[in-house]
Amino acid sequence: MLDGLSDIKYKIGSSSAEEVVASYLERIEKSDINAFTCIAEDATDQAKKIDSLNMEGPLAGVPIAIKDNISTKGLSTTCSSAILDGYVPPYDAHVIERLREAGAVIIGKSNMDEFGMGTSTETSTYGPTLNPWDAERVAGGSSGGSAAAVVAGQVPVSLGSDTGGSVRCPAAFCGAVGLKPTYGAVSRYGLVSYANSLEQIGPLANRVEDVATLMDVISTYDNRDSTCVKHNAGYTDALQDDMEGLKIGVPAEYFGEGIDDNVQKLVWDAVGKFEDMGAEYTKVSMPNTPYALAAYYTIAMSEASSNLARFDGTRYGTRSEGENWHMMASKTRQEKFGAEVKRRILLGTYALSAGYHDRYYLKALKVRTLVKQDFERAFEDVDVLMAPTMPTPAFRIGEKMDDPLSLYLTDVNTVPINLAGVPSISVPCGFSEGLPVGLQVIGNYFDEATILKAANAFEKNTDHHTKLAGAVV
Amino acid sequence: MVYENPDGVMIGLEIHVQLNKLATKLFCGCSTDYHTSEPNTHVCPVCMGLPGCLPVLNKRAVEYAIRIGLALNCEIVEQTQFHRKNYYYPDLPKGFQTTQYDYPIVSDGKVVIEGEDGEHVVRIRRAHMEEDPGRLMHMGSIEKSRGTLIDYNRSGMALIEIVSEPDMRSPREARRFLDKLRNILEYLDVFDSTLEGSMRVDANISIGGGDRTEVKNISSHKGAERALLYEIMRQKNIKRRGEKVVMETRHFDEARGVTISMRTKEEEHDYRYFPEPDLVPMRVGSWVEGILETLPELPDARRSRFISDYGMVDTHAKALTSDIRVADFYEEVASQVDPASAAVWVSDVLKGELNYRDLTIASFTVEDMVKIIELVVSGKITEKGAVEIIRNILDEGGSPMDIVKEKGLLKVEGDVVDQAVEEVLRENPQALEDYFAGKEKSLNFLVGQVMKKTRGRADARSVREMMLEEIDKNYR
Repeated sequence: MLDGLSDIKYKIGSSSAEEVVASYLERIEKSDINAFTCIAEDATDQAKKIDSLNMEGPLAGVPIAIKDNISTKGLSTTCSSAILDGYVPPYDAHVIERLREAGAVIIGKSNMDEFGMGTSTETSTYGPTLNPWDAERVAGGSSGGSAAAVVAGQVPVSLGSDTGGSVRCPAAFCGAVGLKPTYGAVSRYGLVSYANSLEQIGPLANRVEDVATLMDVISTYDNRDSTCVKHNAGYTDALQDDMEGLKIGVPAEYFGEGIDDNVQKLVWDAVGKFEDMGAEYTKVSMPNTPYALAAYYTIAMSEASSNLARFDGTRYGTRSEGENWHMMASKTRQEKFGAEVKRRILLGTYALSAGYHDRYYLKALKVRTLVKQDFERAFEDVDVLMAPTMPTPAFRIGEKMDDPLSLYLTDVNTVPINLAGVPSISVPCGFSEGLPVGLQVIGNYFDEATILKAANAFEKNTDHHTKLAGAVV
Repeated sequence: MVYENPDGVMIGLEIHVQLNKLATKLFCGCSTDYHTSEPNTHVCPVCMGLPGCLPVLNKRAVEYAIRIGLALNCEIVEQTQFHRKNYYYPDLPKGFQTTQYDYPIVSDGKVVIEGEDGEHVVRIRRAHMEEDPGRLMHMGSIEKSRGTLIDYNRSGMALIEIVSEPDMRSPREARRFLDKLRNILEYLDVFDSTLEGSMRVDANISIGGGDRTEVKNISSHKGAERALLYEIMRQKNIKRRGEKVVMETRHFDEARGVTISMRTKEEEHDYRYFPEPDLVPMRVGSWVEGILETLPELPDARRSRFISDYGMVDTHAKALTSDIRVADFYEEVASQVDPASAAVWVSDVLKGELNYRDLTIASFTVEDMVKIIELVVSGKITEKGAVEIIRNILDEGGSPMDIVKEKGLLKVEGDVVDQAVEEVLRENPQALEDYFAGKEKSLNFLVGQVMKKTRGRADARSVREMMLEEIDKNYR
């Protein structure tokens, strides 16, 4: 069983942050799962500084991996895209400021799908991250590096971002715990935007309590993000394992066509486990779920087409040569963006164009409202919703790359959560043919406490998290 | 009299006003005080559009916009809403401009101007907030420059774009509208018109109900009038040839005074507007009452007050209030000397001398004006001497008293003048004879001779009276 935060803090106490960080750096060095896009050259110095100042703080000396789309001052931030090759942000994202204050050691940037556009980390310009349980399979995405690094024991905790499932999907595929917070709970300041109205930064770890600790650190109010909402944190304090009287809703629509039988069974087993712990469940209906996927992709691509307009080779990153500015910008985007990114920019541009705007973008916004209402109705009767995170366990690398639509379909159970903006956590609930399966626990707005509590109770009463992946060295 | 508008001219204006009196930019904390700074020194990750940066709306900018809306008699929107206007240009660091679309901050207002046939109402369609892009710079001319440099100091400055209805019927009305608007904005203390690029105008114009053209790149009010005059002539020529004016965007070449086609309607951008997800609506409906209470006195109100408080004529009141700096100057002067005299001296004399030299009121001090008026009112100098002092200060500097001493401008009276009158009459018998013969002009000549003898320090009007008295007494 891999060390959790409490184990690491104990080790730092009895040796030093420098030694602990060194041991993690060594594991990263030995690994070949391609979880990182770069390693911070100053990781050891950061650890030494913690030691010499005898710094306290909830994460003092704890190494952490940061998804490569979160701005880190002085440390390359490429979003796993060739267009940002060489870009080093001059500022820290809000969450990075908070992590540094808490004493965390930023050990490196983790691999991802280019600009977060993918479900497998295969669209990364650095190549795919390998699943720690099976090197022939994907780690999930887009925060594949963040999940794989945690499960392979290369860091105890990491940050990802979740636009349509990008934290929960790799958490499920790799067997990690991953939280997508309520929209507005964590400041997005410094997170390179893919689809602003959908995404949140979220923590990943091997234990629920470590995810809660990270949330306590990163989810403070920040006035630089206008969509950030003041709310109560105190997530770690909420972690009791008393499930007596918890009302679980199980949405039938999340167990539909395409959801693997083994996955369905493991999730129902998990619901049964909760019943054993004193919770009760009812079946609920969320009738607008079938439309969520189309609405999600329309909105995400529309926003992306605008968000990615700034990457024109003028100010930062790399550029291609052209005889004038327009040619330079055009060739830069043509040559440096990957195929999936270009596909989404094109589709998004189309959806926002005059004559199509109402038919696609506006309609998607209406569907979004309906999906939101599904959740609001459900939470009138239940405390949490439970469903499979992903329809299947991790698929093979390359399996879906030629068929983007089949890849988009794997997001069917994660995107409605982003459309609604509610929080959701994925926790390991068993294995199917040696591959981890994730249980998704969805909560009401700003009620992270309840889903963390449920996930924690489940973890305490199961042993899935104690199993070691093959990639652990 | 009703203005016939023989060519059926319809002019609508879109005016970009930089809210340069704000301390910070529209979406970040960068200082707006960049006009004398090195390029790219007033920038941050937000206004440079670095990846991951988010805008935060400047609340004061919204207040300014509402203030403008109220001064233009507009409706104020209940809550703010921003959109993205997507297009590529190197001065636009995010690849889109954050602006307002279907919910402008204010709409449906009006401004009353002095039209071709008296008071004329120009309706305001809307005014919306948006960010200024950066500025492209070239070494020398665009053609000869080795490359283009970008200065992002201006990037993210708060702009308000005011859009009028096509209610102006002549280039002169357009210019008067612009002057009036600038005046109102300066009274509101939201903008300083003296800073470069603070007010930029696009003009839409059509004649005889035909298609309109849009003229861009107009940088002054005079330029707007010239561009529109040219455009009317051009459109009339097209119609005379039996052709149709095409809807297009044209560029005003200020140096040559002509407009040049930029792009036709088919080449227009599709800006793919959609709501800015990074800005949440700000409820502002409840602010209106408070802002209304603190709204300063506006030009029209001040003009009426000048007439009632200082007993001046309307032409003076209008001249004094058409620029807030002049109005403030006047009121300071009027608080220390006779307001009626002050009105004449500031609006008729000082403004005339300033205009002649292309100077602003900033070139003259209240103290000097007060001193000069005091000297005239107390009879120490003549009106002519006073004008000379004003000219001297503007051309060479100096203080009124120094100039009086230096030029010997103290008025002479009594014996000296009496003596000069006697001498002149004695020395010019022919002129006197001519006067008796009915040549009124001879008297002017004689007065002139006295002025010459006293080196202009005598009061011409009293010299004339003294002269007539002396003639009656000793020469009849």
